Order: sequence, then structure tokens, then C-alpha cells
Amino acid sequence: MILAAALWIALVVLGLAFLLTVWRVVRGPTLPDRVVALDMLVGIVIGFIALIAIRTGFTLYIDIAISLGLVGFLATVAFARFILARHGGEEGGEAPPAEIPAPEHPGLPAERRKPARKGKIDEMAGSRRRKAR
Amino acid sequence: MMQMLAEIAVALIVLLGALFVLAAAIGLNRLPDVYSRMHAASKAGTVGSGLMLLAVGLHAGDLATLARALAGFFFFVLTAPVSAHLLAMAARKAGYPLAKQTLLDEMQSQEKSI
Repeated sequence: MILAAALWIALVVLGLAFLLTVWRVVRGPTLPDRVVALDMLVGIVIGFIALIAIRTGFTLYIDIAISLGLVGFLATVAFARFILARHGGEEGGEAPPAEIPAPEHPGLPAERRKPARKGKIDEMAGSRRRKAR
Repeated sequence: MMQMLAEIAVALIVLLGALFVLAAAIGLNRLPDVYSRMHAASKAGTVGSGLMLLAVGLHAGDLATLARALAGFFFFVLTAPVSAHLLAMAARKAGYPLAKQTLLDEMQSQEKSI
């Protein structure tokens, strides 16, 4: 009786927290804001799964929660690597366009770099084809 | 009587976990920049979901279930700081700005000294 009431209250509170976090995902001004909010969403869903496990009595839900936590951790790590690799967003506004080349080689114009990279890729593909034969 | 006490304990833990998650969600909306939002989400949110998993383990009253719940709890508690630190470092190196209220920026002085 007490437990059922507590579970209802906790479900409502978790739903409220879920909506607040979704609001941050939608509004978040930068990409890391959205990634933090998605990480938080995974935690909230784990809480939901735990509550449903208590309500229904299926303890197998714990394994689902653990695997969901693993997936969430890996997703956050991958997003962190992605943000680090993109290396933009000085103004902190919307995501910077990916087409603009990063100013790492200011001496080289973009037209001269592209054919060289293409030739390298062709060469690599050729060597792979030779290896396949 | 004993069962009643265990039920009340599980109910209290569940409510506490829900309150922690709500506090984390409010902090996620109220705090000014990415880094402080990360501080709210990764600490309070992890404690909230971890407490709920602990409540499942206590409610089942089974040693195997309790062990799995504890394993999940420690897994979350150990991985949350790692992912939060990686994300904060990536955001800082990518140049996302700090809030205006920030008093101390230790990575800025590090960059200047190098």
C-alpha cells in the first residue's frame, strides 16, 4: 500500500524530470548541452526501468538496466570523441558547419589539398585491390 | 512487521531517488553553462538512478538479485565520472565558452604557461 503510493509519486516525479530534460535537449544552445541531457535521459530511463521492476516483480529488468547503462556510457564517450574531433564552436552558438576546413594548415589552399588526398585514397584503394587478388 | 519495515524502507529509497533525479533535471535547466549543467546531471542523476536500482535489489529480498543490483549501482557510479570528465575535456578543448559568472579557469592559465 505504502510502496504502491510511493511508486506512483516516484513515477510522476520521474516523468516531470524526463520532460525537463527533454526541454534541455530541444533548447540546449550547444552540442555538449544536448549530449549531457541525453546522458541524463539514459539515467532517468534506468530509473523508470527500476520502478517498473518493483511494480511487476520481474527482477530480470535489472539486467536490461545494466546493459542500457553500458550503452549510454559508450554513447557519451563516442559523443565526447566526436566533439573533440570536430574541434569547432568558438562562438558557442549553433553547430559550426563541417564543410569549412579547419584552420590547421593556413598556408595550403583548400583546392590544393583535396586532389592530393584523393590521389592518396585512390592509391590505397589500388593497393587493397592488389592485395585482394 | 519486518516486511512492513522493509516496504517502508524501499518506498523511502525510491522517493529519495526520484527527488535526486528531479533536482538534477532542475539543475540541468537552471545552471548557466555546459560545465555546471554537467555537474548537476552527472552527480545527482547518477545517484538518483543508482538509488532506484538499489531499491529493486532490496525489494526482491534475494541475494542474487541484490548482487546484480549492487553491480549495476557500482557500474553507474564508476562510469558516470569517466564520461562526464571526457565530455567536459572535449567541450573545453573544442572551445565552448564558460559562463560569465565563472571565477577561476584553470585550463586557461595552463594554456598560457605552455
